[in-house]
Amino acid sequence: MSDQEASELILEPERYELSAAAPYRFDIDRREFFKVLGCGVVVLFLVDAALAQQETGGGRRRGGGGQRPAEISAWLHIGEDGTITVFTGKVEVGQNIRTSLTQAVAEELRAPVESIRMVMADTELTPYDAGTFGSRTTPDMAAQLHKIAAEAREALLDLAADSFKCERDSLTLANGKISRSGANDSIAFGQLTKGQKLVKSVNDKSSPTPAADWKIAGTSVPKVNGRELVTGKHRYASDINRPGMLHGKVLRPSAFDATLASVDTKAAEAMPGVTVVHDGDFVGVTAPDVLTAERAIAAIKAEWTAKPQVSSAELFDYLKKNTRGPQRTGRANEAGSAEGTPAADQKLQQTYTVAYIAHTPLEPRAAVAEWKDDKLTVWTGTQRPFGVRGDVAQAFGIPEDRVHLIAPDTGSGYGGKHTTAAATEAARLSKAVGKPVKLVWTREEEFTWGYFRPAGIIEVSSGVRSDGTITEWEFHNYNSGNSGVRSPYDIPGQRSEFHPTAYPLKQGSYRGLASTANHFAREVHMDELARAVKMDPLEFRLKNLRDSRLRAVLEAAAKAFGWGKTKAADGHGFGIAAGTEKGSYLATCAEVAVDRKTGVVKVLRAVAAFECGAIVNPDHLKNQVEGAMVMGLGGALFEAVQFENGKITNPRLSDYRVPRFTDMPAIEIVLLDRKDVPSAGAGETPIIGIAPAVGNAIFDATGIRLRSMPMTPQELLKAGA
Amino acid sequence: MARVKHVIVNGKEFAIDVDGERTLLSVLRDDLDLTGTKYGCGEGQCGACTVLLDGVPIHSCRARMSTVLRRKVTTIEGLETDGRLHPLQEAFLKAGAMQCAYCTSGMIMAGVGLLQKKPNPSDEDILAGMKGNLCRCGTYQRIFAAIKDGAKALQGGAK
Repeated sequence: MSDQEASELILEPERYELSAAAPYRFDIDRREFFKVLGCGVVVLFLVDAALAQQETGGGRRRGGGGQRPAEISAWLHIGEDGTITVFTGKVEVGQNIRTSLTQAVAEELRAPVESIRMVMADTELTPYDAGTFGSRTTPDMAAQLHKIAAEAREALLDLAADSFKCERDSLTLANGKISRSGANDSIAFGQLTKGQKLVKSVNDKSSPTPAADWKIAGTSVPKVNGRELVTGKHRYASDINRPGMLHGKVLRPSAFDATLASVDTKAAEAMPGVTVVHDGDFVGVTAPDVLTAERAIAAIKAEWTAKPQVSSAELFDYLKKNTRGPQRTGRANEAGSAEGTPAADQKLQQTYTVAYIAHTPLEPRAAVAEWKDDKLTVWTGTQRPFGVRGDVAQAFGIPEDRVHLIAPDTGSGYGGKHTTAAATEAARLSKAVGKPVKLVWTREEEFTWGYFRPAGIIEVSSGVRSDGTITEWEFHNYNSGNSGVRSPYDIPGQRSEFHPTAYPLKQGSYRGLASTANHFAREVHMDELARAVKMDPLEFRLKNLRDSRLRAVLEAAAKAFGWGKTKAADGHGFGIAAGTEKGSYLATCAEVAVDRKTGVVKVLRAVAAFECGAIVNPDHLKNQVEGAMVMGLGGALFEAVQFENGKITNPRLSDYRVPRFTDMPAIEIVLLDRKDVPSAGAGETPIIGIAPAVGNAIFDATGIRLRSMPMTPQELLKAGA
Repeated sequence: MARVKHVIVNGKEFAIDVDGERTLLSVLRDDLDLTGTKYGCGEGQCGACTVLLDGVPIHSCRARMSTVLRRKVTTIEGLETDGRLHPLQEAFLKAGAMQCAYCTSGMIMAGVGLLQKKPNPSDEDILAGMKGNLCRCGTYQRIFAAIKDGAKALQGGAK
């Protein structure tokens, strides 16, 4: 992967969201560590400043602070009681990084997992972090923690050598203790750090334990806080209760971009315990309980001025007609030259579409805000705690160091919690009443006032020779995004472009970004080409593919599925798809049963083979691959946000269908472990294969080609009629 | 408006004074600080708010306080006995049947309710008993396995 491609991967997640001011960075200098932590050994990770700028999408510290050679991205502290505490701005949203990052530290310190405490996503305790997105936690943060902990290990060995007055070579580290070979004595980390004030720093040049030698990393350590989760004791942001806390609710506009024409709040104000807060277009209430807050909002008479807006029925026409300006330069991917390529025997041109879909995290956006002496504390579920802190500070015109933002382990995000207006709304209400306020968005608010995975149109034109060689490939994505736009197949002179357009709904990141849409179009088109030349779809892919990692997952998935061994039963079909994104590789096979009368598709069996370098936690990785595949079924078969004139018309789980227990196929996951390759993130990419695999299986079962996600029974019946 | 003055949760009677129209979910979370039971949709579609009412799983987001009078409510916080996890909680841990775990309390409560009615559930029983619960992270296969495993453990324990 080129540097440019790598930086595009990093920048892509926030393409739609970086309009906000550059985030200020709250710098804690080294002296301040000890105020927070007391004595002990501290190791910091220093990121090269130039690299940090690139990683955060150009967002730099505002204001002075002078020249700093580097930014701190994480640190580790070993206290006098032997407690190992790790500080990182990353957020746990269900991807299991609280555990995997703990494993990285345990590995290098040869310390039990239970002796390590992770402090995460707290703007006063943890170093600045741009956010938890782009599958960067494992390649970046885990790698840094390995290095920090390795340095801490070396520092402890130095201290032990001094303490024992022996050579370092005679010391071994195990179970949080250092012992001397030949002698029958050992010393615990806590004893070594007693009275010490030792600060070390490391940078990218440090070298941690190679994956082939891992003992704790690379194993299926269970969730470190599992007990908290099965007992309901863990407090998500929406579970924070504060003394004297009130409940808030916000009056929502009648449509997107509507402005408040008039408002009468008298009836609401007259309700016992209710306070109405009216500030410009913001109208909200606080009340002692949620029901009273709901009643107060219902009692407000408001008139809104709304503009006519595009509806879902016109969506694709609108996107195509509103391509903005010239195609993004530097994004047109051209590979090789088509010169000298023999002419195609067959040409194919097709258009694919994907709908807007909603992340639907089970925990809706929520925040608790509390002001004390002009300082604001906010608990909120977000993937960008530092970014949301900036949003909140900006809304009140206060410096960021007066906002303390805490993102407790969150009830999922899937790319959907980069922003949360709930934080600012709760803070506004709390400021007005001088008490802590909790605001939990309703499901309807979550479906309406967040942002969506972009809808898109993808046009593919291609040529193929009768022997199965692809000779031409042109791929144009309108609006949905650039991720995964480039074909991994070896096609000389291929051209792949992303075309930004004007768009009707607020749109942003979603697990896997546009890679899901692009892989759907590409892998369905590949199936169409294979059929055109009467080749087996697996054989056709392999014929046009040199990338050994992608070939390996294709072959592994096919083998586990039994591809080519049997013919599908009547009304059943088999499909295969593959792809690569964010440094990991996926192939998916699916078997479907199609009811030709109702158009209902049931996915009976799904096999995924996945490779993301050295595996950090096999069971958690398997869980991610399974889960991504299940989530992907929703976009493949059911999910589409419907909207009309500035309103979402299906903002309820009863109207917006997501995968349920009864939709589950039998799932089999094959993991390929490449200890020789650095670990890539794995929470996103496994979502990209299921939709095209299912689409291709539907064709196999029925001869009907569906080119729009979701592939609903209505579409199937329409196409089959 | 009728007031409700007490509620029995996890074997304890709590003196309260709330509007009978309020939901059980809101009273559990906001008045009793029992936040293990979650809000997910408010329309009984996701099951995050599942509790047992006289041993039967219900969606607490739709249960008005006036309807739970003198009935026994069991929440996730009431499953442990003397600091020991319920076998189904153990089974969820063993199966790694969660990611973000926001659905977990509701899943476990629905599972406990199911196993009380069907101690040895078939696959169809599990689907029927759990279909009202959503896991957006998609850990259904693991939850399924955890319920089977929990059923075995419960039956073993009963011997």
